[in-house]
Amino acid sequence: MGRYTLRRLLQLVPVFLGTTFIVYALVWGLSDDPFAGKCGQRECSPAYIATMTERYNLDDNILVQYLKYLGALLTGDFGQTFSGTEVSSLIATAYPVTIRLALVALLIEAVIGILAGIVSGVRGRGFVDSLVLVSTLFLISLPVFVTGLVLKQVLGVELGIIRTSVPNDPSFGDLLVPGFVLGSLSMAYVARLTRTSLVENARADFVRTAVAKGLTHRRVVGVHMLRNSLIPVVTFLGTDLGALMGGAIVTEGVFNIRGIGGLVFRGILQQDTATVVGIVVLLVIVYLVANLVVDLLYAVLDPRIRYD
Amino acid sequence: MRRWATAVAAALALALLVAACGGGGGDEQSAQTVGIEWGEPENPLIPGNTTEQNGGDVIDALFAGLVKYDVDTGQPSNEVADAITTTDNRTFTIRIRPGWTFHDGTPVTSQSFVDSWNWTAAGPNAAGAQSFMEKIDGYDEVSPEVPTAPTMRGLRVVDPQTFTVTLEQPFTIFPLTLGYSAYYPMPQRFFTDRAGYEAAPVGNGEFRFESRTPNQNLVLVRNDQYAGSVKPQVQRLDFRVYSELQTSYDDVLSGNLDHVRQVPPAALTGDRWRTDLGAGAHQKEGLVTDSLGVPLYDPRFANPLVRQAISMSIDRQTITQQIFGGVYRPATGYATSAADGYVPNQCGELCTFDPQRARQLLAQAGGFAGPLTLTANSDGGHDPYMEAVATSIRQTLGIDARYAPVPSFSEQRRLANAQQFTGLFRNGWQGDYPSIETFLTQLYRTGASSNDYGYANPAVDAALSQADQAPTTQAANAGYAAAERTILADMPNIPLWSRPVIYGNSARVAEAEHNPLNRQDTTTYRLNPQG
Repeated sequence: MGRYTLRRLLQLVPVFLGTTFIVYALVWGLSDDPFAGKCGQRECSPAYIATMTERYNLDDNILVQYLKYLGALLTGDFGQTFSGTEVSSLIATAYPVTIRLALVALLIEAVIGILAGIVSGVRGRGFVDSLVLVSTLFLISLPVFVTGLVLKQVLGVELGIIRTSVPNDPSFGDLLVPGFVLGSLSMAYVARLTRTSLVENARADFVRTAVAKGLTHRRVVGVHMLRNSLIPVVTFLGTDLGALMGGAIVTEGVFNIRGIGGLVFRGILQQDTATVVGIVVLLVIVYLVANLVVDLLYAVLDPRIRYD
Repeated sequence: MRRWATAVAAALALALLVAACGGGGGDEQSAQTVGIEWGEPENPLIPGNTTEQNGGDVIDALFAGLVKYDVDTGQPSNEVADAITTTDNRTFTIRIRPGWTFHDGTPVTSQSFVDSWNWTAAGPNAAGAQSFMEKIDGYDEVSPEVPTAPTMRGLRVVDPQTFTVTLEQPFTIFPLTLGYSAYYPMPQRFFTDRAGYEAAPVGNGEFRFESRTPNQNLVLVRNDQYAGSVKPQVQRLDFRVYSELQTSYDDVLSGNLDHVRQVPPAALTGDRWRTDLGAGAHQKEGLVTDSLGVPLYDPRFANPLVRQAISMSIDRQTITQQIFGGVYRPATGYATSAADGYVPNQCGELCTFDPQRARQLLAQAGGFAGPLTLTANSDGGHDPYMEAVATSIRQTLGIDARYAPVPSFSEQRRLANAQQFTGLFRNGWQGDYPSIETFLTQLYRTGASSNDYGYANPAVDAALSQADQAPTTQAANAGYAAAERTILADMPNIPLWSRPVIYGNSARVAEAEHNPLNRQDTTTYRLNPQG
């Protein structure tokens, strides 16, 4: 297990370098004049261009630029935006919000999704099963912005139960509805995955053995069936957590959550390279680590899986 | 299974507990705070380095200038200035009122203005509003990347309350332009401790800086030492960053926010915003125009008759009615009615929809070769009306006119700077001060900074110079209006419509006004009494 983890960690290095370089090159390469539109309807002054060229080493070739950026990054310097704000302070205010939102969404999709999946999977065909299938199909076919805007309009503007936007330093309660919106799609997938997986395992040999041993129905389902059936679900939840940690542009926009998704989106629109690259660097790490944790979790869930 | 259930229950309970604690709070302070829709400024909050709206809105609350524009009419009146006098319209003597101080307690002197303007003009500082100093004598030596003089010789401090400004050429309406944020004074603190200033800006205006969280909000608190005649009334302004205009609008409707500086297009259709906001809906004439620039460097547009034909083939009335709910006004010239010196109906029949005459003009010019593209950046919400304009031209003239968007504003500007447009391009213009001059000089003078058409007409250059040097403001305005007519006949830029200033207040707000320059006049902000 230790060696496996170490090997996986080492694999992260080339992936990290590759992705960050591609992102760096792409963002600066988007336009051959990085200063177009930076000064409104007028052309930028030569002095402004000279200052910015020096700040971002634009005179060097792209590889040297990237290495200089990486060097600063390794000493903890994420650089500055065009407006002179430290990217690290932007991340420091935005990331806690994103993490909170991601956790709320994950919690909602895991709890509701798995419960719905178990109920419909164990009961088999019937009213509950059909209800779960139809309602999940409904959620899957709705784009997130529809769910978000409808809930905001109905609960926020019409009924006034929730705030139409989330305050700057949101509590978990403030994030319940946005979290539900964000997690609704994955919640449907989780429910369906759990259900399918349970139905398949119901005919497995180890389940028959467990029943033959005379175990209670509760124990057969809860311990033997569920634990094995959750492997695909955990894989899904793990990658989903990685994606959620990368921010949610649409949901953040609808509820004005000052998270990482909106920050990186704005950075791309304004071609604020330092912001985009800085955040993507962080996201790459988060995503890779989330995947690693999921792989390690398999061994915990299924004793047959060993990493040596 | 049981352990799982316990863990889940515990987590849910915790979430609910946190939710319960999260409510309440705020109360007293938030009752005295006006929440304003805002966006991240593009630059640090330095007057001479800010030319965009977000930074400008905060700077206008933090600083007071020599001149202030009336909230209703846009007419300039002296604020920090006591008197601005001149005998030849070239050298201006500016006396400032005693008693003005910066938020750190230091006095506002003539030196504060001179230092600020010199800093903005100096090349190495790369200030965004640098070109606003270009009329001052000595600018050419100070502005290059390697300046040959440390300060502009046109600025001279006479005594702590008086300084003189000498321009390169006479410019009659110069005092009127001094309300623009680039001309605000800067405290000594800025020059000695730049980083400290940027972290907590110090101005001389009606509000003081309190705190800022990047990408979240910025809070200003009332300056009780404010020396202006109209005192600010609300305790705090909370500028909150929104990424979607619709969300901020919903927040105003549901009472989470007090002021939106604009109204989302969806709410404009069918005048829904007036029903939504009720007494909080505000509209007044502004200084923003939309037009279609013509790339005169493309030989297909060389004949003025072609340009005139296109202009007369656009049904401005119907488009403004259907797409903008009649809120926008069809243009009858380059200037808007909020500008001093505005003359109505300058464009005459050339901006009037007349299909027959348009076709006739085009035939006279020998037709138009190839497809006619209309370009705008698709990230600015221009698509619906650009489509409509293209359709109008196509149906009237029978040529293959189509809308060809580019992805971003920066791409649009790149094409403009490189003179690579192959068809008409969208041109939005926000006047800097309420004068007809702001709609002409920078757009149509040969080689001017925003002359993206490649327009050069010596007669126009001469007329503008003559108007600049006219003995009185009236004479100057008459000169500008004459130049406007000459330009309109050449039609290097096809006027479409003017955008009024539109903003909305929540039910909690008694008054919160913008001036015709679409800048917030924060001294007007008042909340309804609690009850």
